[in-house]
Amino acid sequence: MKIGIVVFPGTWSDRDCKQALNNIPNTKSSYLWHKDSNVGDVEAIILPGGFSHGDYLRAGAIAQFSPIMKEVACFAKKGFPILGICNGFQILCESKLLPGTLIRNRDLKFKCCDTYLKSSTRSKFSSLIYNSQVLKIPISHGEGNYQAYPNTIKALFENDQVVFRYCSKEGYVDEDSNPNGSVDNIAGITNIEGNVLGMMPHPERSSSLDLGSEDGNLIFRSMVESFSQAV
Amino acid sequence: MTIDKSLLKEIALSFSEYEKIIELLGRKPTTLELGLFGALWSEHCGYKHTKLLLKTLPNKSSRVISNLGSENAGVIDLGNGLKAVMKVESHNHPSAIEPKEGAATGVGGIVRDIFAMGAFPIALLNSLRFGPLDEPRNRYLFDGVIEGISSYGNCLGIPDIGGEIEFEDCYSKNPLVNAMCVGIVRDSPLMSAKAEKEGNVLILVGAETGKDGIHGASGLASQSIEESSSARSAVQVGNPFLEKVLLEACLISVKMKGIVGMQDLGAAGLTSSVIEVAYKSNLGVNINLDKVHLKEEDMTAYEIMLSESQERMLIISEEKHAKKFIDFFNTRDLTASIIGHFNNSKNVTIMHKNQQILKTPVKILTEAPSYELNEVKPSWIEEVQEYKSPSSTKNLQDIFEGLLNSPNIASKKEIFQQYDHQVQLNTIVGPGKADAAILRLKKNKEAIALTIDCDSKKCFLDPEVGAAMAVAESCRNIVCTGATPLALTDGLNLGNPEKIDVQYQISKTIKGIKLACDTLGIPIISGNVSLYNEADEKPIYPTPTIGAIGFIDNYDNALTSGFKNEGDHIIILGSDPLDDSDELLSGSEYQKLFEPNLSGMPKLDLNLEKSLHLLMIEMTKKRLLQSAHDCSTGGIAIAIAESCILGSKGAEIKIGFQNKKAALFGENRSAIIISCYSSNVESISLTCKEYNVGFLNVGTVQKGTLEINEDIKITVEKLKSIFYPKPEKIN
Repeated sequence: MKIGIVVFPGTWSDRDCKQALNNIPNTKSSYLWHKDSNVGDVEAIILPGGFSHGDYLRAGAIAQFSPIMKEVACFAKKGFPILGICNGFQILCESKLLPGTLIRNRDLKFKCCDTYLKSSTRSKFSSLIYNSQVLKIPISHGEGNYQAYPNTIKALFENDQVVFRYCSKEGYVDEDSNPNGSVDNIAGITNIEGNVLGMMPHPERSSSLDLGSEDGNLIFRSMVESFSQAV
Repeated sequence: MTIDKSLLKEIALSFSEYEKIIELLGRKPTTLELGLFGALWSEHCGYKHTKLLLKTLPNKSSRVISNLGSENAGVIDLGNGLKAVMKVESHNHPSAIEPKEGAATGVGGIVRDIFAMGAFPIALLNSLRFGPLDEPRNRYLFDGVIEGISSYGNCLGIPDIGGEIEFEDCYSKNPLVNAMCVGIVRDSPLMSAKAEKEGNVLILVGAETGKDGIHGASGLASQSIEESSSARSAVQVGNPFLEKVLLEACLISVKMKGIVGMQDLGAAGLTSSVIEVAYKSNLGVNINLDKVHLKEEDMTAYEIMLSESQERMLIISEEKHAKKFIDFFNTRDLTASIIGHFNNSKNVTIMHKNQQILKTPVKILTEAPSYELNEVKPSWIEEVQEYKSPSSTKNLQDIFEGLLNSPNIASKKEIFQQYDHQVQLNTIVGPGKADAAILRLKKNKEAIALTIDCDSKKCFLDPEVGAAMAVAESCRNIVCTGATPLALTDGLNLGNPEKIDVQYQISKTIKGIKLACDTLGIPIISGNVSLYNEADEKPIYPTPTIGAIGFIDNYDNALTSGFKNEGDHIIILGSDPLDDSDELLSGSEYQKLFEPNLSGMPKLDLNLEKSLHLLMIEMTKKRLLQSAHDCSTGGIAIAIAESCILGSKGAEIKIGFQNKKAALFGENRSAIIISCYSSNVESISLTCKEYNVGFLNVGTVQKGTLEINEDIKITVEKLKSIFYPKPEKIN
């Protein structure tokens, strides 16, 4: 699978994502510049973390106007997979490719630490993750507090769009394991079609046991396997 | 022009320096010239009170590539084509006035120093000092500084992997904010702040030049806090996004044909960067201020030359390639323009509004006077060095819990979680887990260890021994991870050098560093001096904070502080482990918390320290150890408690001390607490004999509870609840 990693001015997870993808079988990755007006022959897109355009105004607010985002929207419509990580999730929400919004963390402070995640298994981005599995993947953000209207949240759960929720090390989804105040401990969601995933935790940082966890690879591998079959 | 004291004070020149300028020039200086002299002859740029002493520091080893002080940062060879670039820098005075922007631009400045060398920045560390947080002003400064470091560093995508924080009364109103950055040069050439030859041009890239930060170096950094509190406009405002764009572009430009040199614009802006490059290259320079992109129209030549606007870089290129560089930076949405060229005249000439407004010899501007310092010991130091026996009647358990809860010892997790310490995927051991952070080099299993450290209370009692201790402890932190110390960077923070007591502190501090470096055989490759740190007429404790880099060839062997397995043996290594003399408590956290005053003489045996380091490196190679933790603030008892907390284990300790208070909480010893399999105790004991280092098997790791003799008994859960301060919740 050919994967394009979008680089905005201020992006910093681009190199990390590329490095993590080097360990994922059957993938080839390259960078896309935010001013590019086509995505070439890529079959999946990653919007990595960072502070695109300095995150001035609001996180992701300016990036949505970068030329590449029009292409990303078309790409999504065609059913190709898009994975937005951290700032990428914020950009996807600002671009209305995902519902809801990410506001400042509950305690108003940037937070970088390990979090534990539980996954619904019906998403194509988590197909290799079994039901009770607890993933260890770090977060690193100041604005990761996911919020949406109650109806939206209800629909997200009903349609199985909530892919990741923060939980304790033992797998309990509780208030103490919520690092940022997100509604219902939501850490990652897809669009209703299931081909666009936004998540605040950084799977690329959990790409090797030397770094403390390789659970993030399961997400990349799920994406590659599920969507390679589909296309 | 009439010269009065207030003008000289504003630019921080003394009247005798003014007279010296007249003598050198053979005429009176113009206002603009005076501004340039004020900046270039400031302590920050000219090191006039420390130059003679700094020259004595050892700065060579088989690894060192750079010359101390001649470049933006120091460079060492890591082998296999890798070079590490490292430096620490202070931003104390700006942070005292506007903590968030002061600290943020401190980070920005040190990062530019690193990428100006062509190095990709891979790590940030901070060394911070504040007054007690129950005072609202100190709380404001603390919150602002942490937010500034966090907001700027996180935006750049450089992991902030550790550091240290101390709280003492003397830092009230005058916090210390020292930031250290380490970069790696992999395939690209090492850049230098040089012009090479006449005809080469100066390209100014990045932010537009504005009226911010004027007199930052000469004014702010040369006054005490009361004098400068109205100088808020002298503090710059940072734009980390622009810095990130500048960083990426500059690191591409170093690989382009025609590049000659690079120099960042920091203290004293264009003045120091352009003129110092000319001086080092033995050339003259012509600057055309009409070509400088400005934030606002009506800026005077004086303001343009002295502006400390952030996120600017000077590129020196061959003339025929200059346009290519400008086009390249423009594609990166960065403004860039040719603002001058180097020539053979040996003069600085400045053009403004199509007229030559200045012509001054480079040499006169840059060769700041240097002063010899008083070395007579002030009587008050004699007095505080007289040891006063402990008077506190608290029991050992209460002292222990009090220490563990002290802001200087309690966990800083709440703070370092606000820094991104994982980006770039190199962080093998992050902050708070070991005595130094471990970053991999993505080449086999090679890694570097980084730390920064200083114990200012010891420096207060004895500046020389205290400074030597800072060097020893930084290196000890490195060996506690199993790495070998390679090089140091020193951030010297002291009071007003015009006072003779402070002069004594300065000269002894640098002597202590020299002594320790000579004995330990480790060079200082870069550094920074920040003087005039005082508030309410009282100088801060001398605070020579020492950053260290070490190397380990296999990070699988790297050690962390936490105990690992129940049943492992716990051993104290180092200076006589049974030493329980009272003087161990000199300048300790115990004295600060439980006695009326700090007193006594700190002591340090540098030769033993050296043996201890070699021993640790040897034992790591042989994989004899399970954990290692330096015995520092809080003494042996606290070091063991921290290993319990970090490993979620208890320990049973039996030591035959008579004078328990000093033995358990005394800090003046070179000691390391290690744990190991019982099967390795014998070979560790033998290796210690071989290295002539003290060895004492004091107990074993156990489940759940820490017990030290009959004196201290506490569950690990309780330990954690004391050690980890409750996070403040805002809901």
